[in-house]
Amino acid sequence: MKNKYDVLVIGGGPAGAIAAKTAVEKGLSACIVEKRPAIGAPVRCAEGIGKEALLEFIEPDPRWISAEMTGAGIVAPDGFFMKLESAMAGSKVGYVLDRKFFDRELVWKAAEAGADVAVKSRATAPIMENGVVKGAKIEAGGKVTNVHATVVIAADGVESKFSKWCGIDTTVPVREIMSSVQYVMTDIDIDPSSTIFYLGNEVAPEGYLWVFPKGKRTANVGIGISGKKSGEGHRAKDYLDRFVKKTFPHGKTIEFSPGGVSVCRPLPCTVADGLIIAGDAARVVDPLTGGGIYNGMFTGKLAAETAADCIGKGDLSKKALMAYDKEWRASKMGKAIERNYHIKEYLIKQPDTKLNEIIHSVSKLDLSEFSTLNLIKEIIRVNPKLVLELGALAASLR
Amino acid sequence: MLKVHRDICGYCGCCVSVCQEGALELIDAYLSVEKNCTSCGVCAKVCPLGALEVVHEE
Repeated sequence: MKNKYDVLVIGGGPAGAIAAKTAVEKGLSACIVEKRPAIGAPVRCAEGIGKEALLEFIEPDPRWISAEMTGAGIVAPDGFFMKLESAMAGSKVGYVLDRKFFDRELVWKAAEAGADVAVKSRATAPIMENGVVKGAKIEAGGKVTNVHATVVIAADGVESKFSKWCGIDTTVPVREIMSSVQYVMTDIDIDPSSTIFYLGNEVAPEGYLWVFPKGKRTANVGIGISGKKSGEGHRAKDYLDRFVKKTFPHGKTIEFSPGGVSVCRPLPCTVADGLIIAGDAARVVDPLTGGGIYNGMFTGKLAAETAADCIGKGDLSKKALMAYDKEWRASKMGKAIERNYHIKEYLIKQPDTKLNEIIHSVSKLDLSEFSTLNLIKEIIRVNPKLVLELGALAASLR
Repeated sequence: MLKVHRDICGYCGCCVSVCQEGALELIDAYLSVEKNCTSCGVCAKVCPLGALEVVHEE
C-alpha cells in the first residue's frame, strides 16, 4: 500500500473489486482496502445470480460456480407450488455461486490488472480538506497510515460506515432491513437445479425463505424477515430453525451465517465532493429479491468510469461526480430498483390469503425471458384485477 | 447500556446498518459499541440471533 492513489476503494467485495479493476484498466492507480483478513469470507449471501447478469461481467468458471439453475419455484403460504421454467426447456437461467472463490477471483483480476490490495486493513476515518474527501486513514497491524486519493469509492457493504463519517446518512429504516440467517445444509432432498422461494407471514414475515442448491444434496437454506417483525422469540433464526426442523429434519448444517440485507430505496445521493458510494453501501440492493451481486458490480464499474472521466477533466466536485448518480438511476438496474421497490411495498401489505390467490393462478409458467419483471408481467396477465390494485405501477410494467 | 453477548453475536453487521447514531462498528469479528450509543434498542430488535440487549442499570 502506497500513500497516494488516484482511486482508493474501501471494501473488497464484488463492487470494490470491479471498481478497482475498472480504474486500473482506465490507466489510474488504485488500491482496495479490505478490513477482513480474507477476501470472500465469511460469506453473507444466498449467492444467486441470473445468467445474463453474470455474463455481463465475467465468463462462468466451474471453480466458483456451485450449481447451474434451470428453473425456480415459489411455494405459497398454503404450500401450493408454482414452477417457473425457461420457455426453452432445460436451458440455464442462473447460477448459485461460491462467493468465497468468486470474490477472490474478482480481486485477483483487479490485482492482475495492476491494483494494489491490502487485507486486514480498515478505514477508520476519511481525510477531509475543506469538506472534500481526500483519502482515508487506514489502520493495519496497529498502525494508522494516511492514504491520500483523488477519489474514494466507498464499497464497504451493508455495514458501511465510511459515507456516514463523510456526513451522509446511510441508516437503513428498521422495517427495511431484512434480518437474515443462512445455513449451508447438506444431506438434504432438494431439486438440485431450481431455486425455491417460500412466502407467507408464518414462514417469513415481510420477507422470504430460500433454498438455493449448491450441489445434488447441498443448499443455502436461509431466511430474511423485516426488522420490524423481528424480536425476542421470533427472530430470523427462530423462523429458520422451525422450517429446517420440519423440512430437512435429517439435514446437516455445515455453515452458519447471519446477515442484514437492505430493501430500502437507494441513498438519495450517492456522491459527495471526492467520494462515490457503490454497491450495498449505496443501498442499491434489489428491494424485491434482495439480490445485490450484479448491482454491486454494475455500480462499482460505473463509479470507476466516472472517477476516470472526472480525473481526466480535473474536477472531482460533487457536481461533476453526479454523472455517476444520474447514470445508474437512469440505467436498467436503477429503473428495476424503483419498480421493484413499489412491487415489494405492495406485496408486504398482502395477507397470506391474497398471496395464495395470486400464486394459485398459475401452477407452471414458461418464461420467455427469465426475470422477475417477466414473472410479474405474467402474474398480472392472469390476474387482471391486480392492474387496478397496482394502480400507476401497473402501467410501468406493460 | 447496550450489552453485546459475544458468544451469540455472529458479527454480520445487520445492527450497524440500522444505527442512526453510527455508534456500532464491525471490526472483522468484533462488534464495537461507541460512547455515543443512546441505548435506543433498535439494533437489539433487528439482530437475527438475539445477541444484543439493552441493560437498564439499577
